[in-house]
Amino acid sequence: MGEHDPRTESAPSHRLPPGEQPHWLDFPRNVTRLVWGLVLISAVVFVADAFYESHPYFKHDGWFGFYAFYGFIACVGLVLVAKWMRTFLMRDEDYYERDR
Amino acid sequence: MSATASLAPIVSPGLAYMIGGLLVPLLRPAGARGYVLALPIAVLGYALMLPEGHHATLAFAGFEFELLRIDRLSTLFVIVFLIAAFIGNLFAWHDDDPVQRTAAQLYIGSTLAAVQCGDLASLFVFWELTGIASVFLIWARGSERAFRAGLRYLLVQVGSGVILLAGLLIHASATGSLAFDHIGLDAPGGKLIVLAFGIKCAFPLLHNWLQDTYPEATVSGTVILSSFTTKLAIYALARGFAGTEMLVPIGAVMAMFPIFFAVIENDLRRVLAYSLNNQLGFMVVGIGIGTELALNGAVAHAFADIIFKALLFMAMGAVLFRTGTVNGTDLGGLYKTMPWTAGFCIVGAASISAFPLFSAFATKSMVMTAAAEQGRWGIWAALLFASAGVFHHAGIKIPYFAFFAHDSGKRPEEAPLSMLVAMGIAAALCVGIGVWPESLYALLPFPVDYRPYTVSHVVNQLQLLLFSALAFTFLMRSGIYPPEMRSVNLDTDWLYRRLMPDAAGAILRALTALGRNVAKSFLEGLAATLRFVSTYHGPDGVFARDLQVGAMAMVVVAALAAYLVFYFIFP
Repeated sequence: MGEHDPRTESAPSHRLPPGEQPHWLDFPRNVTRLVWGLVLISAVVFVADAFYESHPYFKHDGWFGFYAFYGFIACVGLVLVAKWMRTFLMRDEDYYERDR
Repeated sequence: MSATASLAPIVSPGLAYMIGGLLVPLLRPAGARGYVLALPIAVLGYALMLPEGHHATLAFAGFEFELLRIDRLSTLFVIVFLIAAFIGNLFAWHDDDPVQRTAAQLYIGSTLAAVQCGDLASLFVFWELTGIASVFLIWARGSERAFRAGLRYLLVQVGSGVILLAGLLIHASATGSLAFDHIGLDAPGGKLIVLAFGIKCAFPLLHNWLQDTYPEATVSGTVILSSFTTKLAIYALARGFAGTEMLVPIGAVMAMFPIFFAVIENDLRRVLAYSLNNQLGFMVVGIGIGTELALNGAVAHAFADIIFKALLFMAMGAVLFRTGTVNGTDLGGLYKTMPWTAGFCIVGAASISAFPLFSAFATKSMVMTAAAEQGRWGIWAALLFASAGVFHHAGIKIPYFAFFAHDSGKRPEEAPLSMLVAMGIAAALCVGIGVWPESLYALLPFPVDYRPYTVSHVVNQLQLLLFSALAFTFLMRSGIYPPEMRSVNLDTDWLYRRLMPDAAGAILRALTALGRNVAKSFLEGLAATLRFVSTYHGPDGVFARDLQVGAMAMVVVAALAAYLVFYFIFP
């Protein structure tokens, strides 16, 4: 798709209606900056685990970065299982209307 | 504790609201708009003035009926229901359909009345009324599809009421009392009653009416529907079944399974309906655990959920209103022309995800802490998974696919001012409760010594949420994330929307064919019998040979004449 092509990185990622000025979020370069910002804040929060005294409820939730790992793995797992569920649950949009 | 005689005839706030709602059809639309905003405020003022205790009792046929039982639990729900009523009616400002407006007020009023009932029989009456009034919010959409969805809705709602009736009759005849206090599974009729509550609360396998019917209602109808029925069921569970162990695993399952469906669902209001199911799971777990912290957490979360769920449904309702669609495949890029709606949607998304400084941060964690305090690490881990999941499918998916993502090319106008103000009020409450949770804690049934804003809680929650966001970003950028697709996904509604009608149709066709064959054989047999008989008795038959009709007539006339002659000659 040309995401790493410097010419299109600084151009809007899709065609706009005529006469409309592109918004800063239309440029893939800016979206990438947002993503790096997210990575940065996440890293800060991850490292913050070293700077306070934790009171874990159980044995494992006091591990360094437990919640970070849990959140990341849970979401990836969730999406992969949901994708698999789609293979047998998905039907056409008009599945329930078809025979009427 | 007992009613003082002088308070006996007072009208419950719910009844007052319903009577107020009946006046709506008599008003001109312009007047009705403002009237339905004043009504919740007036009734709230009235409700807060009433003292705690048991009022409006009526002894009849050996049982005591109680229409007004006021305590901290019921008052909390009355307050949040009236707030939701105001916000919902304001959101519906533009919709002057008198049927919808009246039905909404009757629905709200009967929910209020149900929450303040002290006996099971009155609860049953208002329980059914909520279903009957609210179905009009679905039918008002006007399509054939909405009509059928409304019928399915009515079947489920009235069905739950009938089960409640069966349970309460067993309970009343065995215990001699109709009082609606703690019932428990082991009490006579208890299992039926909890089943009735569970249907309206969307227990697993009984849940799909929620996702099937809520997205079929009108733009404002769904907002109002989302606030009342399920939370009435939560109230009823909290009142009747607090501490029932069975509710804990049920609630945990309820919190987990909907998020899988939500990830692959295209209709964003149906995604929100799955999300509602997931949030109800947290509340059910809290009720099941039954400690003061857990119950406080369950009802506090119900309070917060009513508001941020309404906010999210309002944002999607505004999108539906302006673009005509709410499918993820057809939306995207709307932030450019609907920035306020997008912003309010993000506030709602942050609230449901329990971001620090938003409402659910102070409420959901009460339930989780209560689970952890009891050493229930499996339940706690399940709820933590559900918390990450809700951020994913509601916190991120809803605003992202509606307002950002790929540019759909649609440039709808911003939502009308009435909708924006309604969303703004809800958003302000979400932030207000988040920043100042003590204001909500003061209303809870039990004293609270829980402090949500500890360093570890804030850091842990931020880790959970930010890394979930990272996972989403990684999955999107790598192309692994399943794209929005025009589709429906089968859930248990398939059983009664496809399997049962198809099976019933097949049986009917078989019976009709059988009936036709039986009738055909019978008629053929009859015809053969008649043919047989006519070979002997018909005009050419043996038994018909002897006399012609005319000859018979001559014989009769001759006999008559002979008789007359003899009569005159021999008198």
